[in-house]
Amino acid sequence: MRLTCPYCGERDHQEFTYRGDASATRPAIESTAMDDHLAYVYDRKNPDGVHRELWNHTSGCRMHLVVTRNTVTHEVTGCEPVGPWAKKLKAASARRGAKR
Amino acid sequence: MRYSAWAILKNALKGNKDWSPAWRKPEPKPAYDVIIVGGGGHGLSTAFYLASVHGITNVAVIEKGYLGSGNVGRNTTIVRSNYRLTPNSRFYEKSMELWRELSHTLNYNVMFSPRGVLNLAHTPGQMDTYAERGNQMRLMGVKSELLDRDQVGRLNPGLDVSGSARFPIHGGLLQPDAGNARHDAVAWGYARAADQLGVDLLENTEVTGFLKEGDRIVGVETNRGEIRASKTGVAVAGNTSRVMKMAGVENLPIESTVLQAFVSESIKPIIPNVVTFGAGHLYVSQSDKGGLVFGGNIDYYNSYAQRGNLPVWEEVTSELVSMFPNFARLRLLRSWGGVMDMSMDGSPIITTGPLDGMYLNAGWCYGGFKATPASGWCFAHTIANDKPHDINAAFTLERFKDGNPIDELGAGPTPWYH
Repeated sequence: MRLTCPYCGERDHQEFTYRGDASATRPAIESTAMDDHLAYVYDRKNPDGVHRELWNHTSGCRMHLVVTRNTVTHEVTGCEPVGPWAKKLKAASARRGAKR
Repeated sequence: MRYSAWAILKNALKGNKDWSPAWRKPEPKPAYDVIIVGGGGHGLSTAFYLASVHGITNVAVIEKGYLGSGNVGRNTTIVRSNYRLTPNSRFYEKSMELWRELSHTLNYNVMFSPRGVLNLAHTPGQMDTYAERGNQMRLMGVKSELLDRDQVGRLNPGLDVSGSARFPIHGGLLQPDAGNARHDAVAWGYARAADQLGVDLLENTEVTGFLKEGDRIVGVETNRGEIRASKTGVAVAGNTSRVMKMAGVENLPIESTVLQAFVSESIKPIIPNVVTFGAGHLYVSQSDKGGLVFGGNIDYYNSYAQRGNLPVWEEVTSELVSMFPNFARLRLLRSWGGVMDMSMDGSPIITTGPLDGMYLNAGWCYGGFKATPASGWCFAHTIANDKPHDINAAFTLERFKDGNPIDELGAGPTPWYH
């Protein structure tokens, strides 16, 4: 299996560390709804098919990425940066792409 | 027909024409008292204990393929109870108790071989944790022995116990009465014994949906029609999320992941027990045919693919060779992958619910084979009495909500690390 890191290009998946289901979202820190926090930690849809998941490019740029992958065929259809700086970096990589 | 030396002799004299199939192929009845979804080890053993212990014989086991076509037929056959946490120790020791008598209980040779499971330690710190675990096991009445390097070397002459090994061996923790069993025989033995008690084993019958009355589950829809039952148990391992979704349960503390296993070509006896590598993750034993049966970590990411990736081959085989340098020239005979139901804390779920009329047996991570007898025994008790037995009382779904996860490894809610 190979993942195309938006910064580093296509790399073997061994360079990456799996970080789990990306659809699990942390409730706001001030939220006191215990069930929401527990659901974030423990509840998973575990789909057989398209799965959005977090990978960290540990042996590369060390960025967190959201990978869209089919859990039955292992086909990867998306690999996007994520985090507060994702937008900026996306724009930068688009500029780099345009220069080339 | 009861299997015995006498039966072999009698049938041999009659030209072996009178052997009957090990189980019937019944047509599904419209209704049963209990339906078990999943004809693997756990489903079959549940049906057997429902019939033999609780006297509930109007039971159907529904299997989409052939019996034992899932993980019970493709594991590394290890049976052990060397756990640290009390709920796990008690549960797996119950399993050991059933394993010891299983061939007699089922009148089927499951080839249970208590040859010992040896966990290797490669650092002094690891020896300390093994001493702690060994003591914990003894407190729970499970035999354990802490071995130094020389004792390990005498027990396993093929091991590299020299100080110059890549990961020098300091010693190990031995559970002397753990071992192996013949995996297929376990499925076949439970199937045959359950069938003889009147359980209907419905092969090639795939559940396509659940029948509901209000919020209550009252049976299943299958490719062979509707089958009703007041109680429906689900024991489908890696397919748990898929099947439970049909019942409307979208979220579970489970992720499915692939585990690979490997068999080498046959060689003369060299490993007398089960050995695990402590500086990584590898477990190896030798089958009665002479092949080395081994496996390591899961593939780390969610998958239903039933096939693995090469990096795990590389990791596992390099660990094997660092332990046993003389295996380097062996050829692999075959490898395979199965889908594991990895729970969020690495411990199983055997519980009533999550819906009325439904019972769930899941979250076996990649240790379900050794649990087969106790899993069925506890699940049958839970189904028959509508409440868990003391031994599986801790294996609830609620434990994730009330702060009582049973995290043997201390890895946290990261199912891919358990």
